[in-house]
Amino acid sequence: MASLSITIQIISLLGATIFMLAIFRLIVKGQLREEYSIVWIVCTFFLLIFSIWRRGLDEIALLLGVYYPPSLIFLGAIFAIIVFLVHLSAVNSRLQNQIKTLSHEVAYLKQEMQARTEQPQPTPITEVADQEVTV
Amino acid sequence: MSRILIIVPCYNEETNIKAVVSELLAVRERHGYDLDVLVVNDCSTDQSIRVIRQLPCLYLDLPVNLGIGGAMHGGYKYAWRNGYDVAVQVDGDGQHPADELPKILTPVLNNETDVAIGSRFIDRQGFQSTFTRRIGIQYFRWLNQALIDKTIYDSTSGFRAFNRRTLAVVNDYYPDEYPEPEAIVQFGLHGLRMREVAVQMRDRQGGTSSINTSRAFYYMLKVTLGILFVYIRLVNRK
Repeated sequence: MASLSITIQIISLLGATIFMLAIFRLIVKGQLREEYSIVWIVCTFFLLIFSIWRRGLDEIALLLGVYYPPSLIFLGAIFAIIVFLVHLSAVNSRLQNQIKTLSHEVAYLKQEMQARTEQPQPTPITEVADQEVTV
Repeated sequence: MSRILIIVPCYNEETNIKAVVSELLAVRERHGYDLDVLVVNDCSTDQSIRVIRQLPCLYLDLPVNLGIGGAMHGGYKYAWRNGYDVAVQVDGDGQHPADELPKILTPVLNNETDVAIGSRFIDRQGFQSTFTRRIGIQYFRWLNQALIDKTIYDSTSGFRAFNRRTLAVVNDYYPDEYPEPEAIVQFGLHGLRMREVAVQMRDRQGGTSSINTSRAFYYMLKVTLGILFVYIRLVNRK
């Protein structure tokens, strides 16, 4: 019994450490911005705490009056996931606004370049003469 | 003389866009307006941009697809920056006949209103849209009435003329998707004068509508949310 829980403790410690290293690696390589990494670092921090402090979950559950301790994990995890998803939606919306502004600017620049290369412009109207234009 | 910019949003309108632009230019000749036409190509997947390049008008070529609201926002910003006095939206599908242009331009040019909206439902002539769509339009009319105490019969009409005061507002913010009903609430809360003018519209001359039946529900929900939130945002700012 004791050896079993030691095994799971080692596995979870190892898992948490590898996860944290993976996050650090992503930040170092510039593939993850610090602002998003904070939430993941906090997550691994909790993982580590509960890997070391084995009785922690039961004690907190007892304190909060939760009958079945593992459900506390689900509650916490789902809550954290939802908060993070909302955060991502907000980030997404901001990005969309920024993309919109940028595309406008690109379009204006393209238009300006076009106007500069085409100067002097051919007199308008003539090209549509074949269409209709009965003055 | 007031400088006018006609903004033509264009998404996959290779068959219509040439006729739309030439009609507008013909109106310019007939009425002697100081008028420029700006086609906003919203990253069309067909040959629209090649057609537009051949046309004797200004154009913006958006590098990514932004939707009608984003495209119009680009056009309005352009009008604001380049000092136009009046900006008009004329759809690229040929629904808004260029001959009706003076009707919505005149009240704005005479400074009788800040926003002129071309309405199908005043004289009830021309293309009247389908039954289900009219129910939706009725609903938006009721919503607008409830929120800004102003009755706009054709709140989904995109055939609109804005003066410079309105351009200052839309330069800052213009809704992204299905912007028309939301913009009315926005204008109302900014204290802009709005007036509906009777115009005739045609059924689209080609291409397909951006709103099909399966999207109708999403449309209603999205626009309702948009209207409510723009209301809350602007009411609190006052």
